[in-house]
Amino acid sequence: MSDLLAARAQMATSLAFHILFAVVGIAMPVLMVVAEWRWRRTGDAIYLELAKRWSKGTAILFAVGAVSGTVLSFELGLLWPAFMEYAGAIIGMPFSLEGFAFFTEAIFLGIYLYGWTRISPAAHLAAGVLVALSGVASGVFVVIANAWMNAPVGFELVNGRPVNIDPLRAMMTPAALPQTVHMTLAAFSATGMGVAGIHAWLLRREPDAPFHQRALRVALLVGIPATLLQPIVGHWSGQHVAEYQPAKLAAMEAHFETSRMAPLRIGGWPNPDTRSVAASLDIPGGLSFLAFNDPSAEVTGLDRIPREDWPNVRVVHVAFQVMVALGSAMALVALWAAWAMRRGSLVERRRLLTVLGLLAPAGFIAIEAGWVVTEVGRQPWIVQGLVRTADAVTPVPGLIVPFVTFTLLYVLLGIAVTWLLYRQIIRTGPRGEFYGTREFRTMQRPAA
Amino acid sequence: MNNGIDLPDYLAGIMVLALHAYALFGGADFGGGVWDLMASGPRRNAQRELVADAIGPIWEANHVWLILVVVMCFTCFPAAFAAYAIALHIPISLMLVGVVLRGSAFTFRTYDSRRDDVQRRWGLVFSVASLVTPILLGVTLGAALSGAVAAAQTAPDAWGRFVAPWIGPFPWAIGGFVLALFAYLAAVYLTIEAPDEALREDFRRRALVAALAVFALGGVALLMARADAPFLWHGLVETQRAILVHAMAAASAVVAAWALWRRYYEVARLAAVLEVSSIVWGWAWVQWPFFVPPDRTIDDLASPRATLRLVAIGLSVGFCVLVPSFWVLFRIFKRNPRPFGDAEGA
Ligand code: HDD
Ligand code: HEM
Ligand code: HEM
Repeated sequence: MSDLLAARAQMATSLAFHILFAVVGIAMPVLMVVAEWRWRRTGDAIYLELAKRWSKGTAILFAVGAVSGTVLSFELGLLWPAFMEYAGAIIGMPFSLEGFAFFTEAIFLGIYLYGWTRISPAAHLAAGVLVALSGVASGVFVVIANAWMNAPVGFELVNGRPVNIDPLRAMMTPAALPQTVHMTLAAFSATGMGVAGIHAWLLRREPDAPFHQRALRVALLVGIPATLLQPIVGHWSGQHVAEYQPAKLAAMEAHFETSRMAPLRIGGWPNPDTRSVAASLDIPGGLSFLAFNDPSAEVTGLDRIPREDWPNVRVVHVAFQVMVALGSAMALVALWAAWAMRRGSLVERRRLLTVLGLLAPAGFIAIEAGWVVTEVGRQPWIVQGLVRTADAVTPVPGLIVPFVTFTLLYVLLGIAVTWLLYRQIIRTGPRGEFYGTREFRTMQRPAA
Repeated sequence: MNNGIDLPDYLAGIMVLALHAYALFGGADFGGGVWDLMASGPRRNAQRELVADAIGPIWEANHVWLILVVVMCFTCFPAAFAAYAIALHIPISLMLVGVVLRGSAFTFRTYDSRRDDVQRRWGLVFSVASLVTPILLGVTLGAALSGAVAAAQTAPDAWGRFVAPWIGPFPWAIGGFVLALFAYLAAVYLTIEAPDEALREDFRRRALVAALAVFALGGVALLMARADAPFLWHGLVETQRAILVHAMAAASAVVAAWALWRRYYEVARLAAVLEVSSIVWGWAWVQWPFFVPPDRTIDDLASPRATLRLVAIGLSVGFCVLVPSFWVLFRIFKRNPRPFGDAEGA
């Protein structure tokens, strides 16, 4: 494995690991706050149990998110020093703002988790709201930095170096809006439907458990709207890609020849050598229409891109198919669940509960697939059209060693977290050890 | 060389401030882990509980100071960030393994089963990582300020570029010094947070021992600077600035030790904080105006004005949010008993 490949693999592993925890850190606070708020409104102690149980899980996941994020901020320099030297002055700003969002998120999460009995109920709920807001802000800022890598603006090039830098302009890169909206919705969609799926699955075994019934409702309340919006925003994101990164779009669609009436390819296995796609379902004019709102529009194909500047077409195309397929399936199931909720028959529909349970990991897989589309689709560029990834990598030799080390570390952490969540939170059943404790009884009286 | 104080100097100063905050708060959290590892005697479980209670709600927020240093470095001084990240790749990566293990093992211990063997297993990972990480942080800082990073950029071979900057005795002496300093701070803070006299005495003794270690390791590091970090040696021994720095640090160290001896814990805490502050700011002052010693200045390495100005504005707004938030956090957990519940039967 070359050093460049090892560096890319280490970056990809670290991000793919971090994003799972980041997404939970964005969306779980909203679920906790909704549950706590329901408890204060209704006095129904099960909602309190729910908020407590969820915040325990969030505490574990947040800590792993925080430490893996710390690794990432160093890795930007450890692996890509030339990139940071080039881009630090341009896109450091969103990272600095992100730093402050981390501060408020960590501060108020500490207050939320450890402060149940130390501050007034209203202050406690307010702390939860602040955690949720800063979580969204951290995600938005870092995705803005990534959007700039896809559509770099806010500077002029003189002799290959950026001058006249305008970091505010850089933050307004056209890719920022669709990417941040899509990512934020992704967090709510994946987490909401994921949590709903877990409780739906447990409801199949204990259909009468009021704990899981309420949990399912709160999670769907957050998950369904985001899941329904996601395909629409994804389409918007795709139109931006069509405009600013034609090579990425061509790879996503395995579109080898520039043409009008370009077909939408569903599924299939591209062969970049023969420039053909096996076993795909083609909808004539579909791609032209989706990309430019006009079935006869011309869509740039990979033939207009020098061969050495192609991204890996197979990886990008398949990853895109995975994301879109899962996104569409989730949206259909979200519609089904919304309809069942309106009818008041949510928990009686075993088949719906089964499908929700099976789709629990879908949002997280879609997120990983989406990032593969974005990142692999941008190759061979680290900054689209300006800096090649190969030119940005660190001169340090033997990069396979840190790659293997961090991968092992993350595999072990992943196992430990899964085990812990399962043993200490999911398997403790609807009547957790918290019921009946003195702390619980005093908290059952909501403040006036 | 431009000796005026200007926007880049202010931003470098804020980085020192963030590092200072990290030492005072995050450093003490690491120190707490060291005392978890060294818990002993009849009250060893109580000592561990005190440490866990003291750092539980705040370590994640305290940890963000380090992230602020990093993001400010790559935004305001990107070339310096790149030079450090290349020459110090190995110790920084090792430090990050420690950061990951410390944070996650601490959290896993908090939420995993109360069974003794489970608690001990996570506790061991947490406390060993708390011991190793500050050493590696110190090695990184020591190498950075020794002047070896600049020399590494022109070294002919891989050893000279990626290993030599941090393998020498001086960075490791700074590593030991940072570890002692963090453990010392933690012990001093814990004398105040201890719920009873017996525990207070435990940590008073530990603080006194750690004070000796700080003194000894500081001396060792200084002597090694003569050969390994001539730039720093010159600054710390042969300039007028140095006298003031040494006087401040020494005076507060003596006051802290005396106050610990006489059990004036609040005075001891104040003096220990002053001691660490004079070390951090003294080092910054001696190094100024160089960012990558011995010859690359803050001005040479700074990003363009537009970036610096924007970061300065962002920081001002950010600190307006941050300072009250931290105040609330520390007020809630470092002062109040529990007025809104009786989980502990109060
Ligand atoms: C729950 C997760 C999820 C779901 C259901 C979808 N996506 Fe997505 N998608 C993401 C999660 C995601 C992501 C992880 O959030 C990405 C990666 C980078 C980004 O900004 O968002 C992304 C990127 C991404 C991009 C690339 C943007 C770029 O490179 O700038 C496109 C074109 C789409 N998506 C399109 C879609 C479409 C048409 C979907 C329809 C069903 C869809 N996504 C569902
Ligand atoms: C290069 C990319 C990234 C870097 C350098 C980075 C850096 C960090 C750092 C340093 C932290 C720790 C903060 C703390 O201690 O509280 C963190 C946490 C977090 N990050 Fe990332 N991050 C990256 C990618 C992302 C992405 C793509 C998202 C989201 C959409 C994201 C969202 C978050 C959130 C919400 C947290 C809060 C902690 C948590 O919820 O677990 N990050 N990140
Ligand atoms: C958090 C979710 C993300 C995931 C899962 C992700 C995934 C990936 C993957 C798969 C690669 C390897 C690309 C390849 O080998 O072809 C990569 C590379 C990279 N990503 Fe992303 N990415 C994410 C977000 C970000 C963000 C927010 C940034 C920065 C601002 C970023 C910066 C980079 C850099 C610098 C590289 C290495 C250079 C490159 O391959 O372009 N990534 N990431």
